[in-house]
Amino acid sequence: MLAPTLPDDADVALRVRGLVTGFGSETLHRGLDLDVRRGEVLGLVGGSGSGKSVLMRAIIGLQPVRAGTVQIMGQDGLNGDGAAQRHLRRQWGVMFQDGALFSGLTVAENIQVPMREFLALPEDVMAALAATRLRQVGLPPEAGAKYPSELSGGMRKRAGLARALALDPPLLFLDEPTAGLDPISAAAFDALIRLLAETLGLTLFLITHDLDTLIAICDRVAVLGDGRVLACGTVDELRGFAHPWVQHYFGGPRGRAALETRG
Amino acid sequence: MGSSIGWDQAEDGSARARLAGRLTIDDVAELAAALAAVPPAAPGLVIDLAGVTAIDTAGAWAVNSAVTRWQAAGHAACITGAAPAIDRLVQALCTPPPPAPTRPDTGNPLAARVARIGAAVLAQIDNIGAFLAFLGQTLLVLGASLVGRRRLRWHGVVHQAEAIGVNALGIIALLLFLVGLVVAQQGAVQLRQFGAEVFTVNLIGRATTRELGILLTAIMVAGRSGSAFAAQIGAMKLNQEVDALKTIGLDPIEVLVVPRVIACSLMLLGLAFYGGLWALVGGGLFVWAELAMPPAAYLARLQEVIMMSDFVVGMVKAPVFGFIIAIMGCFHGFQVTGNAESVGRRTTQAVVEAIFVVIVFDAFFAVFFSALGYN
Repeated sequence: MLAPTLPDDADVALRVRGLVTGFGSETLHRGLDLDVRRGEVLGLVGGSGSGKSVLMRAIIGLQPVRAGTVQIMGQDGLNGDGAAQRHLRRQWGVMFQDGALFSGLTVAENIQVPMREFLALPEDVMAALAATRLRQVGLPPEAGAKYPSELSGGMRKRAGLARALALDPPLLFLDEPTAGLDPISAAAFDALIRLLAETLGLTLFLITHDLDTLIAICDRVAVLGDGRVLACGTVDELRGFAHPWVQHYFGGPRGRAALETRG
Repeated sequence: MGSSIGWDQAEDGSARARLAGRLTIDDVAELAAALAAVPPAAPGLVIDLAGVTAIDTAGAWAVNSAVTRWQAAGHAACITGAAPAIDRLVQALCTPPPPAPTRPDTGNPLAARVARIGAAVLAQIDNIGAFLAFLGQTLLVLGASLVGRRRLRWHGVVHQAEAIGVNALGIIALLLFLVGLVVAQQGAVQLRQFGAEVFTVNLIGRATTRELGILLTAIMVAGRSGSAFAAQIGAMKLNQEVDALKTIGLDPIEVLVVPRVIACSLMLLGLAFYGGLWALVGGGLFVWAELAMPPAAYLARLQEVIMMSDFVVGMVKAPVFGFIIAIMGCFHGFQVTGNAESVGRRTTQAVVEAIFVVIVFDAFFAVFFSALGYN
């Protein structure tokens, strides 16, 4: 029931099988399996150093993989020629932890980068779409003409999300979307992500340490440990999962508080 | 094109746009143009989304902006027939935001140019002021460190000395060896016309020990280490490491600048001497091969022509150049603000200004030592 894999005929956006990664003589992931359903919000949790970010980087092709397969929207994510890789990059948006905005471009230009790369749109349409994106992620219109260094951390995250969403990709990767935000901003960001996921029909893969985020927006949660996905299920299912780290995670004071406020 | 549009008349006489297919960002430009093709007119607009199978933010923007345009012209406009999921996205994005500028507003281009020139002049004046302040601070801390009133971080000095000096031994040797060779070769060609080939040794000896050897070594160190200082300190500044040093109670000048300044001055002294030797080796090799002057004769001749003053002038200049390179690199590192682009700009400035000031000082030294009679 808490298996990380779904039946082969399930409609999955992302399928990882037997993934092995490592650095030097160290092996980080040892045959990791994971499935993400189309249209679901999957949260990935795990202790520090358990390889959450590396898993994300391996899936999106930034980290060399030693063995295993990654299928994204039914397409081989690790191999493939230039055209296939390009098509794949059109399918996903990635939001890095601190936004990773291009510091030499304004926020609006950052949002337009994927549009310029993949489409030939008139300038006025791109400007209007960038303004729409800014509104969608809750940034004021004047933020578009600012440079990333002029924004606060929370605004940079929103701008990073706006760029990740620029082409309305069906699959969105978020690395710690609420880390470093105050609780009010974090809650607003959670609501925003949930709204976008519902209105745009996105599949979301998000790494987070934030229990409130997990409980508020995730359909399922995958727990990473010992180089593989220990368990994957709803928060309620995971609370009954007998693994010390998982018990500690959801049963600790923070976990209990987050679960209580859910009511 | 994944979408199609057809115009007809609704029952009440409104213009009706029947949209079908996928309204996505791939052909949003065509969609927006097609919707704008019919100008707003009474009694109004109906957009029928019954045939739409998929929509994204861009498609919703195009539909909504058509509605807004008709409403702004004083006509009724509505959207009908959308499937629930599509309707929800369209509703969520209703009333598209007003167009916002993509870049900061610069105003009148002429005024902006004048303002930019003025700002550049002011920035340069600020820069000079900041540099003098930095120089003063560094000299104070350096003085205090040297007389023992402040801690001198020998660990840092040794570490920097390795990076500046030891790691540059190979490239400096190669560079100066080739320079010695070229000076000898070019000199020999010219002096042959007067039958004075033997004076090639004078040329090699004096040019490399007094001027070329020192200057080229300094330029090499500015390129290798001056740039590294600016980039390292700049990156530390962006990463708030400099702020962290201050809050722990460490003086960034003492920790970052003084070891680099001391190491760079000492290492340039050593490298200039070492580089000069290699230039003499390069020149000697040429003289041996082409002019058939054996090494022993070459050495004896060198001892005759190189005056002690040449050597002293060179060795006095070297640490000064090292100081200039280090102080320029560190200063520009500390001036980094904001973003990665600033690190690149400051690194370039550090190298260019260091080389410029080194050459200016070289000219100054030339006049100065001539006036003192060290010819």
